[in-house]
Amino acid sequence: MNQPLQRSVGGEPVCSQGLRPLCSAERETLGVRECTCISDESDGLLEFCDVPLKEKKLLEVKLGELPSWILMRDFTPSGIAGAFQRGYYRYYNKYVNVKKGSIAGLSMVLAAYVFLNYCRSYKELKHERLRKYH
Amino acid sequence: MNENLFTSFTTPVILGLPLVTLIVLFPSLLFPTSNRLVSNRFVTLQQWMLQLVSKQMMSIHNSKGQTWTLMLMSLILFIGSTNLLGLLPHSFTPTTQLSMNLGMAIPLWAGAVITGFRNKTKASLAHFLPQGTPTPLIPMLVIIETISLFIQPMALAVRLTANITAGHLLIHLIGGATLALMSISTTTALITFTILILLTILEFAVAMIQAYVFTLLVSLYLHDNT
Repeated sequence: MNQPLQRSVGGEPVCSQGLRPLCSAERETLGVRECTCISDESDGLLEFCDVPLKEKKLLEVKLGELPSWILMRDFTPSGIAGAFQRGYYRYYNKYVNVKKGSIAGLSMVLAAYVFLNYCRSYKELKHERLRKYH
Repeated sequence: MNENLFTSFTTPVILGLPLVTLIVLFPSLLFPTSNRLVSNRFVTLQQWMLQLVSKQMMSIHNSKGQTWTLMLMSLILFIGSTNLLGLLPHSFTPTTQLSMNLGMAIPLWAGAVITGFRNKTKASLAHFLPQGTPTPLIPMLVIIETISLFIQPMALAVRLTANITAGHLLIHLIGGATLALMSISTTTALITFTILILLTILEFAVAMIQAYVFTLLVSLYLHDNT
């Protein structure tokens, strides 16, 4: 889609037929604006700004759109199972399924397990603090 | 103190939902499978360990007994991993519950005995009478052997429960004693702390040994009956 740009004699960008030049207005390197030729039919760059809310990743969602984004997520049982599966494989492929995996991959899981069990039994542990009044 | 000591053995329930199911299923997360010939270090280590254990344990069986390999290897992995995970602070050990251990022991023992009765009826019945007993003693000995047969699953379950529960209780007690002694006399607290460290090492060993013993006994009952 991107084709090399030919400059006409007067310095104006010229593209072959069916393409139009798209130049960046912000940056001017050495007095020359950076331009590429993009296809005339597709508004390629404009489409990028218009991704539907449902398919955006969490970090691309604006703060005002956050509640509606959360409500649009797939809360069916298979959706939740898919989320757990993706999370598991994300962790596994990052820390365990590598060439030189270390003990850290397992230790983080065990530390999270200990922490969750602590949260679960906090109600009983509250009474075992070394205090005068409980 | 009394009420506190046994609260760590109650089944975890959160808002009425059984959390214990998740805790029982958790060790399965720690044993990933891999289809590759050369996998990552974690999986390779586990495969090596599993091969070592299965060779050591299943070599005494004939081909009929070796069909139980998958069952026995899953058993030893499950018991070993749940026992070891129970040594982490604040965690719940499912094998401290007698109900769970009975649920593991009775079906496995019954499976082995019924296999023996179905396939080698005469030999299985012959187990009730040891060789070379004097004739007057036969009735009594048959009764004793029957009782000893039926007590096998109970012994399996209670042995596992009692060992793990006792170990956890001792750790709780000695840990509490160390904490209480710290403000009274530091030397005694240090001695108690050393005892606690030795006890923890023992508990690690016991965790693995109990898994091994459970599986070994089931495998022996199987060997008798195939």
